[in-house]
Amino acid sequence: MKDVATSTIVKVVCRRLVPFVQIFGLYVIMHGHSSPGGGFQGGVILASSFMLLVLSDGLETVQRRFSVAMVTIATSTGVLLYAGVGVLCLLLGANYLDYSVLPSAEPRSLGMLVIEVGVGITVTGALVSIFYDLLSFE
Amino acid sequence: MLDFIIGHFNNATYIMLMMIGFYAMTGKTNLVKKLVGMNIFQWSIILFVVSLSAKRGATIPIVFGSHNPGGPAHLDASNYVNPLPHVLMLTAIVVGVATTGVALALLLRIYKKYGTLDENELLKRARSSG
Amino acid sequence: MNYLHLVVTSLTGLLLFLGSVDMPNTGDPKSAPAVHVSPRYIEDSLEETAVPNMVTAVLADYRGFDTLGEAAVVFTGAMAVLLILRTRREEQ
Repeated sequence: MKDVATSTIVKVVCRRLVPFVQIFGLYVIMHGHSSPGGGFQGGVILASSFMLLVLSDGLETVQRRFSVAMVTIATSTGVLLYAGVGVLCLLLGANYLDYSVLPSAEPRSLGMLVIEVGVGITVTGALVSIFYDLLSFE
Repeated sequence: MLDFIIGHFNNATYIMLMMIGFYAMTGKTNLVKKLVGMNIFQWSIILFVVSLSAKRGATIPIVFGSHNPGGPAHLDASNYVNPLPHVLMLTAIVVGVATTGVALALLLRIYKKYGTLDENELLKRARSSG
Repeated sequence: MNYLHLVVTSLTGLLLFLGSVDMPNTGDPKSAPAVHVSPRYIEDSLEETAVPNMVTAVLADYRGFDTLGEAAVVFTGAMAVLLILRTRREEQ
């Protein structure tokens, strides 16, 4: 599964389908407020787009673009973003993760958006990291 | 009697799914089949708890038309499905994914060291190699 | 040995079903999970948080601390797989 795919159908379909899957994954993350979705669901869809690209183009090509170091950094950045919003609310004078002191017209909605993006980044990085590790073990 | 059957047949379905997973976990000797059985067991519990949130004649827990000026009328709790079991089971699904990933990694290391994934054969080789 | 497993499994299933006979009917709006705190989540979530999706409002705002623990669990799972599978070559 690590090598470039040999069947023409797999190569053509997977490569053409990947941008649409990525846009759909980003849409599900950002529209978690008004339609079913949110951070976890969109993160899994985004991770599956990378797995589709590995199936058709091989592990080396994808690791040149989305390297193992960047995947590990992405996994940690999401949790940092989430905890960072909590500490920011603490510095502004309220309890931990109390969004009502953020500077916006609808502060709780803004706080929820930032933490959903954080959770989406973490889930994407975690699933792609597990996939890379399982594939490149000999 | 019919009322009882209509109200409780989904419990019987989820318990049957749970017992399929339970039999796979205890009755098979291949480690990958045990892992699949554990996954089936987990999913049956998740489906069962989500089914506790149903209400007759209610719709999904998303308010439509909330961006129009004036907004929707006062929301009535019996028109919307209970959102709390959905939220709790989102966490359970993600925990299941993480557990399956770690279990697969362990299976890879076991196969590399002992050369087999059968339970009885594994015990023999582990005992003889110390 | 397979007969023993089958008998134990069916016995467990029967006992579980007998235990679930006393549960309220499916789809009952007056059952216990639907009357304590969830009417407050349904009725007040739009005014307090301005988010129409009640599931996201409960997950990220009312129970946001649990979701922080959840993200930490996913992170720990990825790190555990990393520790198990990435080895350094001892021999040259």
